[in-house]
Amino acid sequence: MRHIISILLENEPGALSRVVGLFSQRNFNIETLNVAPTEDPSLSRLTVTTEGDDRVIEQITKHLNKLIDVVKLVDLTEGNHIERELMLVKVKALGASRDEVKRTVDIFRAQIVDVTPSVYTVQITGDAGKLDAFVQAMAPIGILEVARTGVSGISRGDKILSL
Amino acid sequence: MELLSGADMIARFLQDEGIERIYGYPGGAALHIYDALFRQDKVKHILVRHEQAATHAADGYARASGKPGTVLVTSGPGATNAVTGIATAYMDSIPMVVLCGQVASHLIGEDAFQETDIVGVTRPIVKHSFAIKHPSEIPEVLKKAYYLAATGRPGPVVVDIPKDMTAPTERYEYVYPKKVKIRSYNPVTRGHSGQIKKAVDMMLKARRPVFYTGGGIVTSGASENLTALVKRLGFPITTTLMGIGSYPQTDAQSLGWLGMHGSYESNMAMHHADLIVAIGARFDDRVTNNTSKFCPTAKIVHVDIDPSSISKTVRADVPIVGPADSVINEMISLLQGREMANAEALPEWWTTIDGWRAEREGKLYEASQPGERLKPQEVIEAVYHITRGEAFVTTDVGQHQMFAAQYYKFDKPNRWITSGGLGTMGFGFPAAMGIKQNFPDDVVVCFTGEGSFQMMMQELSTCKQFGTGVKIINLNNGTLGMVRQWQDLNYKSRHAHSYVESLPDFQKLIEAYGFTALKVEHHDELDAALERTFADNDELVFLDIDVDPREHVYPMQVPLGAMRDMLLSKTERT
Repeated sequence: MRHIISILLENEPGALSRVVGLFSQRNFNIETLNVAPTEDPSLSRLTVTTEGDDRVIEQITKHLNKLIDVVKLVDLTEGNHIERELMLVKVKALGASRDEVKRTVDIFRAQIVDVTPSVYTVQITGDAGKLDAFVQAMAPIGILEVARTGVSGISRGDKILSL
Repeated sequence: MELLSGADMIARFLQDEGIERIYGYPGGAALHIYDALFRQDKVKHILVRHEQAATHAADGYARASGKPGTVLVTSGPGATNAVTGIATAYMDSIPMVVLCGQVASHLIGEDAFQETDIVGVTRPIVKHSFAIKHPSEIPEVLKKAYYLAATGRPGPVVVDIPKDMTAPTERYEYVYPKKVKIRSYNPVTRGHSGQIKKAVDMMLKARRPVFYTGGGIVTSGASENLTALVKRLGFPITTTLMGIGSYPQTDAQSLGWLGMHGSYESNMAMHHADLIVAIGARFDDRVTNNTSKFCPTAKIVHVDIDPSSISKTVRADVPIVGPADSVINEMISLLQGREMANAEALPEWWTTIDGWRAEREGKLYEASQPGERLKPQEVIEAVYHITRGEAFVTTDVGQHQMFAAQYYKFDKPNRWITSGGLGTMGFGFPAAMGIKQNFPDDVVVCFTGEGSFQMMMQELSTCKQFGTGVKIINLNNGTLGMVRQWQDLNYKSRHAHSYVESLPDFQKLIEAYGFTALKVEHHDELDAALERTFADNDELVFLDIDVDPREHVYPMQVPLGAMRDMLLSKTERT
């Protein structure tokens, strides 16, 4: 099963490499990885999506917790949560397909953020499934380039991941 | 307020931390630190002949004393030479602090002379690492390094120190930090009471229980409490290779150690048990054999300070995260006034176990006859007798290591010193050196083989410089015995590169360093040679013994089998 693990990490050089190294060292899988500073300058928040059965996920969270640079972590998929990813896509927009792209962008509630006579650059946010669907819908028209941020997430309700 | 340079802070910190002896080798990036060490006399520096030996010597000291070992090396090759020793300590959870010189900050990343990203190289084999960013942070970082190395599940910590951080001209305020806090690091101090209660209830209801304990008992100093608990319950106990000595092996309740070359009775008892109480052990593959066939009828209680060790390879029914010593203590108090639920079951279990013991008694190996080459096993037994079982024993890796574990009996913890997890050939001699220098009144024996010894024999020179009287027992069979054994069993005796051609004349080699070496070729010469070897505790003696190269280590678990599936000799199996 797919899990989204969010980690509060010491904002120190080398901390990220310890997390990433752990996954390769122990043969765990990283599907997406997203990291940025938080409101507390001493902490980064890192979100990783990974696949594995309960035993593997238990080992992943235990080993992550063992890293001295990991301050706190939560497996968001254990409870209700919000998952978002941002994607920028360059799509071929020529002739009749120019309208088709525009229509599809509207259907997905995406936005066109840059225009040239032959290319639309589209910005879209949502969960990973929605982004996959958009890529699929655009594929016949012609995707030129895709940049995805990887998943970021937060729990619903009053539950908070903080120190 | 005291102003010190970074280098002087390091020397001063080591004094304030109570570090008496460090092991190292100088080089460009570490020279400011060496100069600071030169200008004081409290911390003694032992100059090794190879940085790997520095880590093994510090490691040997740590295993024997329970305190962190300290290593000081220079950047680049100095640091990379230490890598095998760091990995050895990591795999066996040994506390160690490795101070590495580094090229000056402004050169980092430029492929400068003797530059290596040692923090990157060692990342998967350290508990944690630090890179010094400013001289003023040295005292706090070093305190954190020792704190991390020695607490929780211990392990090696690397501190990378760029040369400009130790410059003699820049001085900063030095205060010895008595305590440090790391917000993300809070090792548990006691186990969950509810879980411990559950475990105790299971122990009292068990019909065929076994204690299975490991290096965690030695590390946490829980030997005495463990012995009390095992005595109180009357259960059989087997230990891992790393746990040898944590329960007196000459006691009737001890089944010896378990696993691939463990005793017949301990592997049989594990397989048939209905309750396994694992404490400070990690269900290593050399213990469990095939995990899907592991102990089919047993419920498992697993106590460990490291949550990631629990249910890693074998699912625990009652996981308890906590330090062995305090959990055992709590178990003992919960047992007060309580009785076994099935009082008749335990004596029956012991009858079964004694049956297994009797089956193998006297059948472990065939002793040599007068005039014949010695068997390695009988050499170990003879050394056990002449040292009355009280020596510190280090080993290298291979057949001699297994024979030493099987035939030297340990009644005390911290005396059996071996590279269990990583299996590092070359570990034994420098480890013995490190122990002897810190415990000069004790007898320190290194069992080795002609293959392993040659990996670290340059340390003879260090022993000469510091007058270190270790006893080296070289079980010389002219082949890489364990490799050859596997080739005999799995490769139709095609001995691909398992023989050691052109061995040196060890007697002449040792004499060249100014030490005594003795040669034993036959059974009849052993006793006199051992007398001579152990006559003077301060003298390094190398005893080169020709042993039978055909000997295999048995029992040996059958690959992919259950605990009970063992080869018992070249012709028998369970």
